[in-house]
This record gives sequence, structure tokens and C-alpha cells, in this order.
Amino acid sequence: MSKLKSTGPQTADAPTPEDALHEAKSLNEAGKKDGPMLAADGTPLKRSLARALRVQKMRALMLIAPLLVFVLVTFIAPIVDMLFRSVENQIVSNTLPRATAAVETWDADAEEAPGEAVFRALYSDMFIASEAKEHTRLGTRLNYEQTGLSSMFRSTGRAVDDFGEAQIDALEDLNDVWEDEAFWYALMTGGEGATGNSDLLEAQRARLAQLTGDSFRGDIGFVPGAEISELLPQTARAYATFALFTAIADEDVVAEEEPWEAVKVGLIEDLKGGADLSGYDGPGAEELRAAQEMLQDQPAIVYKDAFIAADEGWGSNTTWRTIQTYSPEFTSGYFLNAIDMQKGVDGAKARPENQQIYIMLFQRTLFMSLVICASCILLGYPVAYLLSNLPVRSANLLMILVLLPFWTSLLVRTSAWKVMLQQQGVINDVMVWLGLVDDANRLVMINNQFGTIVAMTHILLPFMILPMYSVMSTIPPAYVRAARSLGATQWTAFWRVYFPQSVPGIGAGSILVFILAIGYYITPEIVGGTTGTFISNRIAYHISSSLNWGLAAALGTILLAAVLILYWAYDKIVGIDNVKLG
Amino acid sequence: MAESQKSDAFVAFERVQKSYDGETLVVKDLNLSMPKGEFLTMLGPSGSGKTTCLMMLAGFETATHGKILLDGVSINNIPPHKRGIGMVFQNYALFPHMSVAENLSFPLEVRKIGKSDREQKVKRALDMVQMGAFGGRRPAQLSGGQQQRIALARALVFEPELVLMDEPLGALDKQLREHMQFEITNLAHELGITTVYVTHDQTEALTMSDRVAVFDDGRIQQIAAPDVLYESPDNSFVAQFIGENNTLQGTIKEIKGDLALVELDDGELIDAKPVNVSKPGERTTISIRPERVEVDTRKLGETAHTLKAEVAEFIYMGDVFRTRLKVAGKDDFIIKTRNSADQVRLQPGEQIEIGWLPQDCRALDAV
Repeated sequence: MSKLKSTGPQTADAPTPEDALHEAKSLNEAGKKDGPMLAADGTPLKRSLARALRVQKMRALMLIAPLLVFVLVTFIAPIVDMLFRSVENQIVSNTLPRATAAVETWDADAEEAPGEAVFRALYSDMFIASEAKEHTRLGTRLNYEQTGLSSMFRSTGRAVDDFGEAQIDALEDLNDVWEDEAFWYALMTGGEGATGNSDLLEAQRARLAQLTGDSFRGDIGFVPGAEISELLPQTARAYATFALFTAIADEDVVAEEEPWEAVKVGLIEDLKGGADLSGYDGPGAEELRAAQEMLQDQPAIVYKDAFIAADEGWGSNTTWRTIQTYSPEFTSGYFLNAIDMQKGVDGAKARPENQQIYIMLFQRTLFMSLVICASCILLGYPVAYLLSNLPVRSANLLMILVLLPFWTSLLVRTSAWKVMLQQQGVINDVMVWLGLVDDANRLVMINNQFGTIVAMTHILLPFMILPMYSVMSTIPPAYVRAARSLGATQWTAFWRVYFPQSVPGIGAGSILVFILAIGYYITPEIVGGTTGTFISNRIAYHISSSLNWGLAAALGTILLAAVLILYWAYDKIVGIDNVKLG
Repeated sequence: MAESQKSDAFVAFERVQKSYDGETLVVKDLNLSMPKGEFLTMLGPSGSGKTTCLMMLAGFETATHGKILLDGVSINNIPPHKRGIGMVFQNYALFPHMSVAENLSFPLEVRKIGKSDREQKVKRALDMVQMGAFGGRRPAQLSGGQQQRIALARALVFEPELVLMDEPLGALDKQLREHMQFEITNLAHELGITTVYVTHDQTEALTMSDRVAVFDDGRIQQIAAPDVLYESPDNSFVAQFIGENNTLQGTIKEIKGDLALVELDDGELIDAKPVNVSKPGERTTISIRPERVEVDTRKLGETAHTLKAEVAEFIYMGDVFRTRLKVAGKDDFIIKTRNSADQVRLQPGEQIEIGWLPQDCRALDAV
């Protein structure tokens, strides 16, 4: 073996970029000794550079701005909103603010159904909610947690107008003014020039805004009188709500509308509660005193009985436990639901076996996506290899065949599989004709996992082939030749030299196919039957049929998290740098 | 006689032809034999068939007709991995996913050589190209010259008797290329390996080879040692392709033994050595190297013919002067003169007489 006495490898080489870098560095360090590097005009070099690059950056930003805005508005924002829905639960406390506050301290295990105070609060919440027609929405929401609540809220909403009917009749029999809208208006404003209590009005405005989602902004031509609202707080509150609703939601004049039953019930409560009218000399003082005197002989309104009469469910602890459990503004209930658990008294617990579905669906989705991904690799690799090693002309023809599915409607392709695979379909017919399968025992190949895997492999195959092809076409044939000349058989040359270099393409294709598969909807919906459906079908069901968006959002969030975790794991194991699309 | 020739030829092409499309021949009737230990360069313009010949020898292309013999055995039907031929590729083809040591170890692994043996051989091969410290690096972390050395070491590590190199220095800059030329020839001679080297760079071919085969149009135009090739080209193509060359068109006036009198197209007469011309009246291209042109016609003797010339351009190149002349109606006639103390520097526009010794000027086939 010879030793070459000439210059070593380093000296033989031309100056490397590193040399230039070192030089630049040492130059910079020399500059540092006298403070920051300065540009020719004396400004610090960094600032000068930033200014020079700013225009460039602005231009780049301008170029992407339309797409950025489009994506933000139509994609990112809805996703964020959807994710938020998975934990959001304000509907309960927005619709029943007083009742949820009142029931907070109630102990479901120790006591019977909550006491009268809770039901009185429920009455005022329920009355407003039914006027605003929001009680049915709450019923639907709570029905996800306990069946039957939807109809309970519906029937209660109809009945709530009649609560305290006897007392109201007595009041109106006593004096006609209690049916007179102008009298009421004068009473509640406190007459001309009275001091107003706009805080009360604003509080009710906010309350209604929270309930309905409308702002309830605007002048309503009414401000509750300060004196009367102190004297008759429940009446004033109810009237303020009524006034806001009348003026803004119904667009009527407050002074021309007879107040709600709830206002009169509020008055009855205030008067029976011992409002001190002795010092009051505002409008309607006489009538008030007469009413208070009359009401002494009237029985009190029993809200609990009234509610139970409207629907027996109100007497049940389960109902109130559900309301109590879901009264916080944010809830993990949807997520627990999405993993087959539910909120119980002592925290989360698994659902009964016969109600469990989502974990199994998630597992099935993952498993089938993996199978689809693997079959795409197996079927796609040889095609990609052939594509990248054929002469250009034949490769182009083959490429068109690969791309052909892209140009055909997804629905058409899926339906074609239905035609092919069904029991009276092409494949079964051929096999029966050939005598491979008995006519009575035709194979079941559709509306199950097999059908879904076949159809989805076919549909996603191009997404596997294209990244593989673009990676493989960058592998020079010289590598395999070199391996062969070094003594490797064709198989060794492929396995030790070609295959490792094509792995980034497999990685890219796998990520693409797997992520597409895990969220696929149409194909499993059409050919999946019951055993071949994915989690996405369930999400779609909750979005469009059961309208349980919270659960759909929770399922979607879990799916998104699963994909991100897998992506992260892939990055750790394979390295995302190794993924090439070309 | 036949016996000795057979044992003498380590590599032999016998009437080899190659066609890719069944219509045109890329290699036409190739005959070549080279002894063991020879450094042979295949030189030619692109598309001349030289790389195809190399690929046929390596086994990546099959000969359409004819036999290729390695050590007396026909290798036409032996797959490339069983031929035991080392090969250096144009862009090195170092496996990017393996370290340098793994690259070198690859041919040993596929030959099922034991681990300790393998490590020893890899180390020796790396030391041989002075890259001992680079075993753990990836090819992408090496400079072009370093990759070149590794590719060379990899082709040699399994101790093949024949090494093929396909324009291995094409991607290097000039300085490094010259350095590597020297290293490769030294290594080849010291290890006694037979080398077939393909290039289109004639300087590389001349400086490195024992023999050069000049390819054109699918044929070997001439196969000879570099000096023979340069000084006695067999035909106009070789004369043009190798080195700088002046050509003038003319007709043979008479041939007297080793001396031919040529009448140039403008009627002037000049002496030349007949190479592939046989009788008066034949068209010919005469070929003369720029450094063999004499401006001092007194040195040539009384009977020598001379040509009138006008200086068109004078280029100072340091060690030589390069002067462009208008001769016989053409203005691309180049002469080179050494920059010695007594040398005259010709001025543009100057009228001079030029001539040459008849043996320096070759009368070749007409182009």
C-alpha cells in the first residue's frame, strides 16, 4: 500500500465556506470591541439591515395576505370555535342564572328535592326563558345528559304563565288598574321627574343579552324609579325585564303593553313579603296599600307544587343533580362522554357497557387507517418504483393512469365499489359463475370493514404513490449500479442501497394517507355499513342529526389530538426532516 | 504466437457492437485488448461510445454482438456483481445513508468477509487515500475531493484486478483535478491494477495513461501511447482532437518516399509526411502542431518550402507567445514560440515567412 507524500486532503482543497464564515466572525468580533457594528451612515448595522429587509418582508406579507385572511376566517376561526364548544357549557347558567346559583349548595345525596327558594328562583328564570323561547334549547342540551328533560322543559315552558293564577285573579278582581298598562308604567317609573334606577335596567339588559345572545341595546322609553325599585325589588326587576323585552324584542311601546304575569307575581311576592308602604306617596300608593291588605288573606304561591304539577320530573333528585352538575360555565362532560364516561356524583365514571361506543370507534378508526396505510404502501411502492425507472414516455402514460382516479368524482368511485363488491355485484357474480362460491353463500364484501378498507385503499393510493415517486425519481441509478459493481446482488443492492433512500417517500406518503384516512367520512359512510364506519361518521351524526355539537367538538378535538400525537411520535422516531415530497 | 497474445490480453473486446434502438450502432466493431497492469484511457467526445464500452465491461449494458473477455473468459453473461470489477462513478455514487466506513465496508460485507478482517481492510484503504480520520463522516459532510478519494478507496477495498473509472474527476476544480490525476496514476501503478479510465479531457488522458484509445463515431480511431498519439496522429480526427493543431487543405502533388509535396488551395507548395495518402491528386488535410512551426526559415535548409504569412494577433502568455497568423487564406493559424531571450515578438500586420520540417507535418485524410 502506498503512502502519497503530497499535500494532505485539507490543503488540497479549495477554501471552504466555513473559512469564509470564520473570517466574517473574526471581523465581527474585531468590530465589537468598539461597540456595535456601524453602517456607513453611522446607524447600527443591525438596524440598517432590518430597515433594508423590511420592504422585502412587507412585500412577502402582502403576497400571502389574501390567503392568510381567507384561511383565518374560513378555517382557523371555525376550528377554534368548534374546539371551544367541546368544553363550553354556558347555556345552563345563562338560561337559569338564579336557579343554578340557588341550587349550588344543595346536597343531592342528603336531601330531598331542593326547597322552595330554588323553585322561586327557577320560576323567574323559567318565565324569562320561555318568553325568549330559550328554554327549549336548554332542554335539548340537558337531554344529552338525561333523557326526558327536553319534554320536561317544553311542557313547563307552556305552564309557567299560569303559576300564581289565583292570586293574580284576586289582585285584578280587587282593582282594574292592575290590568291597566298605563297605570303599571306610571307606578314603575315613579311618576314624572322621579329619580331613575338605571343600574337595575342595565343589569337586566346584560341578563337578557347573556340569555339570548342579542345585545338588547337601545332606548326603551323606560327607566325604573329608584324609590319603587327599592320598595318592590322583585316587581321592578321583572318589569324592567319585561320593558326591555317589549321594546326591543317585540318592538312595542312599553307603556302600551300589559305586563307579564311574572311582574304581577313579583308584586304579590313583594307585598306579601312585607314591603313597607307607609312612607310611600308616589303613583299608585293607594292601590298598593289596598292590594297588600287584600293579599294578607290570600295563600302564598307554592312554586314547588306548581312545577311538579307542570311536570313530575321537577320533584326528582336526578333532574336537579343533572342541572347542578352542568351548571358551571365549562364542563368536561362532553369529553367524558366522548370516551364513554359520564359525570357522576363522585366524579367521572364509566358508562354502562351497552352505552359504550366511542372508544371502540376510535380504536377501529386507528386500526383501519393503519391497515389502509399499510396496504397503500404495499400496492404503491412497486408502482412508484416502476414509474421512476421507466423511460419518460411510458412513465408519463403510467402516471396518467395513477392520476386518473383524481379526475373522477369520489362519489362515483365509491359507488363503483358498491357495484363491484355487493352480494349481487360483479365480483360475486363472477365467482359464482366460476363455481368458486356457492350461489347461496355469496361473499359479504361491502357494508363492513373489508369494503371500507378496499375502497379507501383505492381512493388514497395516489396520495401514497406521488410522494414516493417524487422521492424515488431523485435517487440516481448510479447508486444501485455502484452497489452492483461492488458485488451486491440485485436484491442486496435494492434492500441496502435503494430502499433506505426511498424511505422518506414512504414516510411522506404514510403521513399523508394516514391523516387523510383517520378523518375520512364519505367512503365509510357509503360502504361502511355498521362495522366499517369511522369516528368521523359519528361526528357528522352529532353535527347534523343529533345536533349535539359539544360532543361532536369533543370527539373532533380528541381526533385532532390523536393525529398531532402520532405526528409528534413520527417526528421522534423517523424524523420529520426525513419526509420529502420531492 | 496466439497463445502468448491470449495470456497477454487481460481485457479484450472482440468485434463488439452495441445498439440501443436496433437502428443505429453506438459502438461499431470494437476490438481492443489490454495487458494486465495497464492504464488505458478511453478518450472521445460525448456520444462517441466510450462510456457505453465501459458500461458493457462493467456489465450494466449487454453487447449486441461480439465477445468481451476478462482474463481469457467471456463475461458476456456474467452479472455485474460477479465480475469483481471495481468502479468509480462520475458523481462518486457514495451511498448517502451510510458513513464513509460503512460505504467501504459494503463490498466486503456482501462478500461475507469477517468483521475484524473487514475493519482492517477498510482502515488500510482509508489510509491509502489519506482519509483515515474520516471513517465516521457521512459523504455529504465531505468536500468534492474527499468524496473522490473515498469513491476510489471503495472501488479498491475489495482488491479487484480491474478498476473502471467513468470521468471521475469531472466535478472537481482544475487544481484539485490535476492533483488527483497524479494520485490516481500513482496508486494504480503501485497496486499494479489494470485500469480503464473514461474521460473527454485530453490533458487528463495524456498525462495519466499508458495508452489512450481515441473514440469517435463508435470506433476506436487510434490507440497508442500519449506521445505517439500527439506526435503521430493516424488521421485528421485524432490530430484535431488531441492537443492544439493547425490544419490546411490541399492536394497531393507528388510523393517521394517519406516526403510528400502538397499544393495548398491557394496554390502555394509545402512539404509534409504522407500518412494516409497514397497517390498524387488526392485531397488531403495537412496537420502541424503550433510549436513545430518555424518562423526563422533559415534553420530549415535551402530546399524547404515556405509559406507567406501575416501576423494577425500576438498574445503574451508568460511562458510562451501565441501568435495568430493569416496563412493560405485562413486566419486561424496558430504558432507558439518559447519566451526565450532571443525570441522576436511579432507585431500585428508584419509579413513573415513560415515553414517546418517535413516530418513534423502530416498529410492526413481530407476532412
